[in-house]
Amino acid sequence: MDDLLRDFLTESGENLAKLDNDIVALERNPEDVARLNSVFRTIHTIKGTCGFLGLVRLEGVAHAAENVLDSLRAGRLQVEPALIGDVLAAIDTIKFVLLRLEETETEPEGDDTPLIDRLERWLSLDPKAAARAHDAALGELPLPVMPPRATTAPPVMSAPPAAPAAAAPGPVAGEPRPDGWDGADRRGQPEVAGDARHTLGESTLRVGVDVLDKLMNLVGELALGRNQLLQLTTSEEESPFAKPVQQLDRVTTDLLEAVMKTRMQPIGNAWTKLPRLVRDLSQSSGKQIELSMHGAETDLDRQILQAIQDPLTHMVRNSADHGIEPAAVRRDAGKPEQGTIRLSAHHEGGHVVIEIADDGAGINASRVRRKAVERGLVKADVAEGMPDAQILRYIFEPGFSTAEQVTNVSGRGVGMDVVRSNIETIGGTVELSSQQGRGTTVRIKIPLTLAIISALLVGTAGESFAVPQIGIVELVGVTEEQRSLVENVHGAQFYRLRDTLLPLVHLRALLRLEPCEVRETYSIVVCQVGQARFGLVVEDVFDTQEIVVKPVGRLIKHLQAYAGCTITGDGRVIMILDTGGIATMANVASNETRDEAERAAQLTAQARAAAQADAKESVLLFDAGYPALQAVPLSLVARLEEFALSSLEEADGHFLVQYRGALMPVVAANPAMDLRSMDPRPVIVFSDRNRTLGVAVNVIHDIVEDHLHLQRRASRPGVLGIAVIAGRATEVIDTDHFLRQANGDATGIDHDDAGAAPDTRAVSAPAPVAIA
Amino acid sequence: MSSATLEPMTTMHSEQMEYVTFRLADQWLGIPVMVVQEVLVAMRIARVPMSPEAIAGFLNLRGQIVTAVDLRTTLRLPNRDADAEVMNVVVRHESELFAFMVDEVGDVVSVPNDTVAPAPATLDARWRTVCTGIVRRERGLLLVMSVHEVLRLDYASG
Repeated sequence: MDDLLRDFLTESGENLAKLDNDIVALERNPEDVARLNSVFRTIHTIKGTCGFLGLVRLEGVAHAAENVLDSLRAGRLQVEPALIGDVLAAIDTIKFVLLRLEETETEPEGDDTPLIDRLERWLSLDPKAAARAHDAALGELPLPVMPPRATTAPPVMSAPPAAPAAAAPGPVAGEPRPDGWDGADRRGQPEVAGDARHTLGESTLRVGVDVLDKLMNLVGELALGRNQLLQLTTSEEESPFAKPVQQLDRVTTDLLEAVMKTRMQPIGNAWTKLPRLVRDLSQSSGKQIELSMHGAETDLDRQILQAIQDPLTHMVRNSADHGIEPAAVRRDAGKPEQGTIRLSAHHEGGHVVIEIADDGAGINASRVRRKAVERGLVKADVAEGMPDAQILRYIFEPGFSTAEQVTNVSGRGVGMDVVRSNIETIGGTVELSSQQGRGTTVRIKIPLTLAIISALLVGTAGESFAVPQIGIVELVGVTEEQRSLVENVHGAQFYRLRDTLLPLVHLRALLRLEPCEVRETYSIVVCQVGQARFGLVVEDVFDTQEIVVKPVGRLIKHLQAYAGCTITGDGRVIMILDTGGIATMANVASNETRDEAERAAQLTAQARAAAQADAKESVLLFDAGYPALQAVPLSLVARLEEFALSSLEEADGHFLVQYRGALMPVVAANPAMDLRSMDPRPVIVFSDRNRTLGVAVNVIHDIVEDHLHLQRRASRPGVLGIAVIAGRATEVIDTDHFLRQANGDATGIDHDDAGAAPDTRAVSAPAPVAIA
Repeated sequence: MSSATLEPMTTMHSEQMEYVTFRLADQWLGIPVMVVQEVLVAMRIARVPMSPEAIAGFLNLRGQIVTAVDLRTTLRLPNRDADAEVMNVVVRHESELFAFMVDEVGDVVSVPNDTVAPAPATLDARWRTVCTGIVRRERGLLLVMSVHEVLRLDYASG
C-alpha cells in the first residue's frame, strides 16, 4: 500500500474513533465550542487529505458534513438530535469507505446523494451557506478546468485508474469561498495533516505492535537468564557474583514491569464506541439514557482489551435495550426520567474489575425461575427453594439465551452465554446481580496480562509440567490413609472430595509416560474447566512460578494437552498443560461434578438431560437382577459404597445403615432382591437436598459416556424409561421414586403415577424422542 | 568430511547456490545455506509426551524454543544407535526455529544450478516429496532437500 494512503488511513481511523464521542458530547452540550472545533478539524483534515489523494466519494461526504459543521461553528445552525444524527450518518459512511479502502485500496461503489441531500437541507436553513452551496454547484460545472490537481496526484497514487477521474469533480478546492474560514482549505493538505500530527505532542511516539511484542519476548528471555543466574549464585556461598547478580535481578524486574506497561492500553480504548451506541439506542427507543464512565484510564494488556470489547458492547447494549425503562415508566416508579448506565473499571490485585451497572428495571427473578423450569433446566420444587442470586445464574446458561425474545427476561439472556465463555477464555469470571426495580450489575474480573502467567509446577514419571494457576481450585495430598477415598469403577477412578465424586485423571497415563513405581503418596490438583471439575493426579508438586508463555509451534500444536511451553529457571523447556484440553481428552468435561455447596439444589439428571439433549454424559451402569442393566446419570450419584452385611440394620420395615453420623435408608433396586444375600453389598448413594438414600445393587458395572435419550417409556415404577446406552437397551431409573419410597413419603407414594409423568416429559421434551 | 567436497565442475558464469550438507545413514543431503541459522552439537532436548515420533522435543537455544525434528525418523530411516553422535542443523522457517537432527554435518558446498538434476522418479515417495533435486558428485549423490516440504509432511500420523 502506498505510504501516503496508509498514513491517511491510520490517522483518520484514530481521529474518527474520537469523533463519535465528541459528537455525542456535543449533542449534550451544544455550547462546547472547543469540542465543535475539534470535530470540524477532524472532518476538515479528512476532506482535505482525501481530495489530495483523489478519493472522490469520501471527499463528497466529508465536504457536506464539513459545511454543516461550519455553519454550526458560526452559530448559524443550532445543534439538534436530527442534525447530529445526519452528521453521525456521514461519519459512518466515511468509516465504511475507509474500511474498504484499507482492504482493497480503492473506494467502494455507492451513492451518497441521499445523505448529501439531507446534509444540504440543513444548510438551506442557513442563508449564508445556502448561497455558498449554490455557488459551489456552479463552480463544479466546468469539470475539465479542474485538472491542475490531477497532475499533482499521480506520483503519489497507488490506484492510478481512479486518479484522474476521481480528482476531477473535486468540488470546492480551487474555488474561492466568501467566508473567512476557508483560507486554510487551500493551503495544501499535507500541511494540515502535519499540524494534526504535531498536536499529538512530542511526548508520545507511535511504535508498531510487533516491536512491542518482540521487546516483551526479549525481556522474558532476560528474566529467564536472570532466574538461571540467581539459581547458580544462591547455590554457592560467598560468590563474587552475588552482588552484581542481585543488581541485575532488580533491574530486570523493573525492566519487565516497564515493558509490560508498553503493552498496556487504557481500557477506555475499548469503550470508545459505547457512547455512540447508547446514544443511538436511546434515540431509536425514545428512552433517556446517560452513560457514565469511570476509570477509563485503567490499564490492561492489549490482547485482553481486544477480547473484552465485544462482551462489553453486548452488555451495555443489553442494559440500554432491556434494562433501562422508558421515561414514563421510570417516572411512575418514582425514578429520574433519565436512566443511567455506569461503566467503571479498577485494578484489584493482579486483576482488572469492570462493572456495568444500570438503574433500570432489574431482572425479574421469578420470571427467570419460571423460564428455567419451563426450559427444563431445573425442577419446579428445586427452583422454588433456590435463592434469587442463584436463579439469576441461569441467564448464563446456553439453553436460556435461545428463549423466545419477547420478554424482558429472555432479551436480557440473549448471548449472555457467549459473553461468559468469551470472558472465561481469557481467564476471567463474570457475575451478575440484580434487584427488581433497582437495576442490574454485571461484574467482570479479568487478569492483567496473558503473556506471563502464574503456574504451578508439577511432576510425574520424572517429567515436569506447568499448570496455569487460574484453572486450579485446590491441591489435595493423598497419603496412605486417604487412599480409601479413591473409588475404582471399572478402570475409572474417583476421589471422594467432601460431598462430591471427583473424577481422577492420571497425568502419567494420559500422556502415555513410562510407568514408574507406585508412590505411597501423591497429589491431586483439582482443576476447574467451565462447570466441570476433575482431579489431575501427579506424583510431585513443586512450587508456583511466574512463567513466560511461549507457543509450541506448528508441529505439535495439534496436541490438546498443551497450552504452550516455557523455560524454567534452570534452562529446561517444560510444557504448560491445558486443563481444558486434558478434560476433553480424559472425557471428564461433560461429567459435571459440580460444587455441591454452590449448587446444592442442582439440576436433577432428567433436567440436565433435557438441557443438554445432545451432550453425552457419564452414566453409571449397574446390575440389579433384572434382565436388562440399569442406568443412572453419574451427576446424581453422591458416592459409591460397600456396606458389610453387619452394618445393615432393620427397623420399621426399612433397612438402615449408620452413615456419616446419620441413619441412611437403604432400599433395594429390585424389590425381589434379598438385601442379606450379599456381603458386602454395593450401594449407590444419592443425595437430594438434605435427603440421602442408598440404593442396593448386585454389581456396579461400568461408567460410560453416552446420550440419555429415552426411547421407550417404562411401565414398572422406578424406571423412567429405556435408553440405548453403550449399545444395549438399558433401564434408566427414577431416583425420585426411590427417594420417596425410602422416606416413606406418603404423598409421594400416593402420587407415584402422577409424579412419574412429568419426569418423563422432562427427559424427552426437548429432543424429538419417539415413544413407541 | 572430505566426502562433502564437490567435484570441480563449476563453470564461471553459471548461477550458483550454496548448500549446507549433512549425512543421514549413508546418504548426503543439502539445504540452502540461507535458511540455516547455525549448527549445534548435541543439546539437552526436552521431550514432549504424546508428540509425533519424529519430533524429538524442544530445545532451549538462548531462550528461544526450537522444535527438534529427527530427520532419520521423518525420512523413515532406521533409528541410530543409542550412543551415536547427533548434530543439530538449526533452520528458521516462517519465523519459527527447527533443529534437524542429523548424523554428521559436512561442508558448505557451492553447486551450479544447472548441475542440479530433478529427483529420480524411482525415489521412495516420502523422499521424493522433500527432495527438489539431485547433484552428482565424485563420491556419491547429494540430494537437495526442501525445508518447506520437510516441515509440511504429515507428522501427526507419521
